[in-house]
This record gives sequence, structure tokens and C-alpha cells, in this order.
Amino acid sequence: MILDCKSLRFKVVDWLLIALAVLPLVGIIVLKILFAPPTEGISISGALVYFTIPMPLQDLPITEAQINSVAVVLFILFFCLFLTHGIAVRPNTKRQLVAEWIVETCRNLVLDNMGPFFSGFAPFIAAIMAISGVSSLLSLLGLFPPTSDLNIVGGWAILVFILITYYKLKGGLWSYVKGFLEPIPILLPLNILGEIATPVSMTFRHYGNVLSGSVIAVLIGAALTGASNLLLGWLPGFLGEIPLLRIGIPAVLSLYFDIFSGCLQAFIFAMLTMLNVSNGFSEEDYQRRLQKNAEKQKKKEIKKSK
Amino acid sequence: MLELAVGIILGCCALGAGICMGIGAIGPGIGEGHAVANACEAIGRQPESKSAVTSTMIMGCAVAETTGIYSLVIAILLIFVAPITMVNMLKSLL
Repeated sequence: MILDCKSLRFKVVDWLLIALAVLPLVGIIVLKILFAPPTEGISISGALVYFTIPMPLQDLPITEAQINSVAVVLFILFFCLFLTHGIAVRPNTKRQLVAEWIVETCRNLVLDNMGPFFSGFAPFIAAIMAISGVSSLLSLLGLFPPTSDLNIVGGWAILVFILITYYKLKGGLWSYVKGFLEPIPILLPLNILGEIATPVSMTFRHYGNVLSGSVIAVLIGAALTGASNLLLGWLPGFLGEIPLLRIGIPAVLSLYFDIFSGCLQAFIFAMLTMLNVSNGFSEEDYQRRLQKNAEKQKKKEIKKSK
Repeated sequence: MLELAVGIILGCCALGAGICMGIGAIGPGIGEGHAVANACEAIGRQPESKSAVTSTMIMGCAVAETTGIYSLVIAILLIFVAPITMVNMLKSLL
């Protein structure tokens, strides 16, 4: 079936997808306006707790960070559906070129850094990059970026740690245990610490960078308010009360702390994921294990046939 | 007496955060400066390898920054979290 790009149905679906992508973001802005308490002066606090669900052991708080990250997921989902809507063998929409560029870039990145064995990792890496980047960019809308909450980033790092361990175990249990005893067995505690340090350092790197950006933004805002009160307070009437210096200057800093730093941290998190997973996996051990298993299978079959 | 104790706690927390961030920023600063200097040298020698050198350098900078980020997290904890918990602990002791 060939979709007509100019038909009414196509356009309606298009607009519906755009609306569905933007709706979660509008929703969390409204939630924030409804729930956020009025603040005065410098106030740096963690994520707002919207409501708590009573649980047997401990109450489960549903915070701003969780709701914002769900909204980010929905945004990415509908944005991808919009990009791939009306996809054809011969591209007849501009957005298909964008989608193809994204897919191709991610595939090449994964192939360059992880090798052909891990080529199936491309969607996962793209997902990590997209969710981390969009989460950090939420601070442009004045929302709480979920990446400045330790729990969210910690969850991703635990996921990556499980992947690393899984691919290390693919080389066989014995070679996994032996990896801890190298180069000499005395280093066992240090090796175990190093294993745990990987997810911890990934978490703190991402979380610390985003959090420092938002802390500095709040401090700069407060400092500029004070400075404009001091310097421009003599202006008549309400002009003196408006913090005029806060117009424009924070935007320059936001260019670095929100856009550059956010995108860079997303790239670095994905890069470290790729390097850690592919470094932990040794293809030689895996092939040897496969061969052994195949030989065992053959012997079993021979026994059965006898 | 309680006021004095609370004052000492607040002052020490602020002092600790400042010292932590100040000393913790030295290492990453020197390390990243070294990395960038060597990257510039490499690009000067081989201008055609600019993109590869730049991406590797940014990666290395991010890894070198880790200890600085650790000290930042500790400083933030010292400023925003430690005083409240310590004062509560003191009040429960008295």
C-alpha cells in the first residue's frame, strides 16, 4: 500500500502524533505549576514528592523525577513514531532522511566502538542517548531534569552493570572468577572494588554534572537579582523592582550548562556503556566455550546412537 | 551552649565544603589541561586526524573529571544535607 503524503488522513495522523508527543511535556509543566510551593531567595531542593503510595515495608514516594522521566519516554516514543510515519522505500518525506541519519549514525558508532559481534546493541545505545539527552534538556523548559536525581541515573547504571556481568559470564564462569585473581590473587579485594566502582562512577559522573549545572544556575540567578537591586535600584517606580540584569545573562550560561553539558554527558554515558560492555567480553573465551559445548553435544549424540 | 554547638557544626560544614571543592578541583584541572594541551599538539602535527583526536580528548576529559565530580557531590552533601542531619543528631543526644 502506498501512502499518499498529501491525503487528509495522513495529515491528521501527523498532527495527532505531534500532539501526543508534546502533551506529556505540557502535562508535567502543569503538574509543576500546580504542585510547586512558592519559593523565595536561594532554594535548592531535590525532586518534589507529588504523592506517596502506601506499601507494606515503606511508603513509595512518586516524585517529580519519576513522572518527568515517564513523560520523556512518551515524548521520545511519539517523536520516533512521527519520524517513521509514512516511511517508504523511496523517501518521499524529509523526516525519513532524518530518521535514516539517526539510525545510520548510531549503527556506525556501535560498529566502530564495539565491533560486529555487538551490532545488535545499536537500538539500546540510541535509547540511552535519547533518554539521557532529552532528560537533561528538560531544564530548558524550567522543569526538573530527571538526570539530576541520583536514583534515575543509578537505575540506568545498574542496568549497564547487569549487562557487563552478563557478557563477562558468557566467557564461562571459571574465566569470570579467574578475572578477579589477575594479575596476582592478593589483588582480589581491589578487583571486586573496581567492579563495583564502575556503575558508581558512571552514576556520579552524570548526576554530578547535571546537578552542578542547576545549582550554579540558581546561584547566578540569586546573585544577579542582588546585583541589579544594588546597581539599578534607584530607577523610579516598578522599574527598580524588576531584576533587569537577569534578562539574557543566564541564557549564555544555560548554553553551556544545559545544552552542551547535557548532550555531552549523554554521549559519554553511552560511550562508557559501549566500552565497558565490549571490554568485559572476551570473544576467544566465548568461542572456546561454544566449541566445547558443541563437542559435548556430539559425544552425547554418539552415546545415544550407540 | 546549644547555639555554640550548632554554630560550630554549620561553620565546619561550610569550611569543609570549601576545602573539599578547592583541593578536589586541582587534580582534574591539571589533568584536563594536560590532555587538552597534548590534543592540540597532536592536531597541530596531524591536522587530518582532528575529529578522532577531539572525540577521544572529550572522552578522556570526562573520565579525568570524575574525581572533581566526586568532591563536588561531597561538597553539595556537606552544604545541604549534613548540617540538618547533624543538628538533629545533636538535639536527640541532648
